[in-house]
Amino acid sequence: MPSSGYDAACLPDLLPLYYRRLFPFAQYHRWLNYGGVQKNYFQNREFSFTLKDDIYVRYQSFSTQTELEKEMLKMNPYKIDVGAIYSHRPNQHNTVKSGTFQALEKELVFDIDMTDYDDVRSCCSAAEICSKCWTLMTIAVHILDRALRDDFGFQHLLWVYSGRRGVHCWVCDEAARKLSVAARSAVAEYLSLVKGGDETVKKVVLTDPLHPFIRESLAVVERYFPQYALHEQEILSRKESVDKVLALVPEDILFLFQCCIYEGNKACSRAVGNSKGQHFEKEIMLQYCYPRLDVNVSKGVNHLLKSPFSVHPKTGRISVPMDLEELDTFDPLAVPTIRSATVLNARVSEDVKEKENEKDAAERRKIRDYKRTSLAKYVKYFDQFLDGLALSWKGELLKKSDLEKDF
Amino acid sequence: MQFSGRRRKVITSPQVELYGQALQFYGQPPLENMSLSEFESFAVDRLKLLKTIENLGVSYVKLSDDYKRKLDNESRNLNFPYRPDAVPDDRKSQVGPSEYEKRRKDHISHFILRLAYCQTEDLRRWFIQQEVDLFRYRFNGLQPKQKVEFLHKNNLQYDTISVEEKKTLQDKLVNSSHNVSGITVEDQDFYKVPFQDALDLVRTRKVYLKAGYVYIPHQDIVAIVLNDFRTRLSKALALTARSLPAVHSDERLQPLLNHLSHAYVGQDYSIQKNVGKISLEQIDSLSVKSFPLCMRQLHQALRDSHHLRHGGRMQYGLFLKGIGLSLEQALQFWRSEFIRGKVDADKFDKAYAYGIRHMFGKEGKRADYTPYSCMKVILSNLPSQGDHHGCPFRHSDPELLKQKLQFYKVSPSGISQILELVKGMHYQLACQKYFELTHSIEEASFSLNHPNQYFIESQRVLGGGKDIKREVGTPQRSQENSAARGSTADREAAAAANAAKDLPEMTEDLDSFFQDA
Repeated sequence: MPSSGYDAACLPDLLPLYYRRLFPFAQYHRWLNYGGVQKNYFQNREFSFTLKDDIYVRYQSFSTQTELEKEMLKMNPYKIDVGAIYSHRPNQHNTVKSGTFQALEKELVFDIDMTDYDDVRSCCSAAEICSKCWTLMTIAVHILDRALRDDFGFQHLLWVYSGRRGVHCWVCDEAARKLSVAARSAVAEYLSLVKGGDETVKKVVLTDPLHPFIRESLAVVERYFPQYALHEQEILSRKESVDKVLALVPEDILFLFQCCIYEGNKACSRAVGNSKGQHFEKEIMLQYCYPRLDVNVSKGVNHLLKSPFSVHPKTGRISVPMDLEELDTFDPLAVPTIRSATVLNARVSEDVKEKENEKDAAERRKIRDYKRTSLAKYVKYFDQFLDGLALSWKGELLKKSDLEKDF
Repeated sequence: MQFSGRRRKVITSPQVELYGQALQFYGQPPLENMSLSEFESFAVDRLKLLKTIENLGVSYVKLSDDYKRKLDNESRNLNFPYRPDAVPDDRKSQVGPSEYEKRRKDHISHFILRLAYCQTEDLRRWFIQQEVDLFRYRFNGLQPKQKVEFLHKNNLQYDTISVEEKKTLQDKLVNSSHNVSGITVEDQDFYKVPFQDALDLVRTRKVYLKAGYVYIPHQDIVAIVLNDFRTRLSKALALTARSLPAVHSDERLQPLLNHLSHAYVGQDYSIQKNVGKISLEQIDSLSVKSFPLCMRQLHQALRDSHHLRHGGRMQYGLFLKGIGLSLEQALQFWRSEFIRGKVDADKFDKAYAYGIRHMFGKEGKRADYTPYSCMKVILSNLPSQGDHHGCPFRHSDPELLKQKLQFYKVSPSGISQILELVKGMHYQLACQKYFELTHSIEEASFSLNHPNQYFIESQRVLGGGKDIKREVGTPQRSQENSAARGSTADREAAAAANAAKDLPEMTEDLDSFFQDA
């Protein structure tokens, strides 16, 4: 999917502009500092940069927001990843006695990648995405967001568009940041329903009783299935896709279907519906639509994940946070690219200065366009997210100061 | 001490109180003097027990009747406690050690093995897994009253939910787990436990989860206890590791502890023998003749699509290292294959070469990674869409497995034998059967637990080197021999006999070592 003639060659010129004028350093620091409740939280956080010519540097860390800004402007990273909070400053890890430098905490993260659905989408494959298969991401976000909040009790979830073919979720609750490897892996497995590699044909198997989590997830899938699978993906339209679906239906049911076709017997379909323990319709829907997550991404405390607001070097798109209120209308192809953001911003900020009181409709439209395609609304949403998070810090800070007063 | 005629007097001593309960969390280390030989024999016996647990866990469903029976036997043979209702100071005509002595042995041997197994991540993980399984088997053997007593004695206090809340949640509770019915909800207390304390139940989605809490009926509290045990042991091992230097400075103990921690894995194929003896041109034919099915599959997938994902690269790459590929050869091998695909030479050098060097211990923390054992391949890193790693006997659809075996020209009767074993979850035995069928031998002389072992044994058979030993087993085994050829029980006995053979040999070594000292 060509993103408006994007060429990675523009990065050396546009990245400095982006970092100087648009990257929301204040909000970014506000996030990663988590209210300063824990000492050195920001300072001990690992960042990794991928520089020009694929040079990869790990264990970057910064003492202050200013230092982060300075370094990013200097190094001009093509990719930025965020890692864990360590026991010591990552950029000094070589000076630490071996064995004592350890990853301590990190947000619980999830990575949903469209390539993991290649066996069930017909419109695109590999790195391509389009509006038809993007629905899979919408479904994934709805299901996982509900489960993480209602089942696990997490409250501060930041969903981010990866910039190319998927979404990430950052669970920022304190309890989430402190989870062990085993706990992260357990959460990821609880959320996994689609299992098996290329060698497995039937990837979803349901047994009675159906766990409430499965019921809730099915409810979401059923909302989207007719439009998405039957209409857009047309899974029952062509012979090869029909065959793929039939491969998931148990043999005895297929036999009954054939009987029905011959006898035209309505009782058959009722019999099929009542078959004990047969959930093949649900299994089919889930195999085509249920979120596929990579457990390994969520498991590791020290795992490095692409940073929000970083640029995706292959598409030029910015990893923007997603407002769940507008999830169903989110269009990944309308996400600002580094070109649109920097260039548009440059052009408009000049105009805005000159024509601040301009009542001309054309100018107003230009400014409105800027607001619509620029980064501003995403930063604003990020602010709201941080406001919510800040409420949890306030409680902690009060507790801490009380304790100190006692002494 | 008091004597009162013929009547047996119950003499309470502090030791009796120490071992008053059949089961413990091993919170307190033993504080007594003992001889070196007792130290060593206790440790070796416990190691045998844990190894048995590992083998049984792969061949049987845990806590099935067969599993419990075999573990009972092994515990009895090794003089470990196995009857939770035995009273510690019961000295009535018992052959062999008393219950008290068994519990003391259990206590001490656990702590000795902690010393041997705390040093690396892999050792710790293995030790914790077996100890947790042992604990589960013993806790399961307690009476309900004893279970409650155990909980209270060990401070596991979780809140119960009100009757009204139970009623509101009734449907959800019933639908969340197989063994919760409407009656369960009415009759039993339900505990609200933070999900971090019940990971096994969460992971398998066998429990109702709401707002970060799981709702557990009293009858299922065992999973929680296990989790608690695992966590405590994990923390304890970390602490033990820190005090190791002091232990190692005792020259009597260090060699024994080192020997113990290498014994569990037998050979881990980490030390490369025959480096460079295999040429890259041989790999295709070797993959057909001498690779286990999992590696053959990976090699095929690599040749077909000129690419493997990370899980596959790790499993196959380390295997190749184990059979003797040098780093240079490995780089050439992967590079030439990937270049045929979508990866150009440049990208390979940037993105993939690092990973291969990492496998050989030349990057990062320079750990020399060991090739995966069967256990690891079967149990960890489930393959997903686009992956070809894992154990085909475990992870492939039976239909696809059948087709693959047919394609590889395995006889129909052989295929059905293999599928039978797979159905019974005996994956390693299935692979062993595959070995026997593809090498046209009646019975493998080894008990398969590592892909590199498969390779070495295969080369041995094909090279006509050592003779293939017929299993000289116990009388019990030869009875089964005549009764049912190729039955699963046969295999079990062979496997057990093999395993049992290893450890006596090891103890002999240890004995001679100490005699020299």
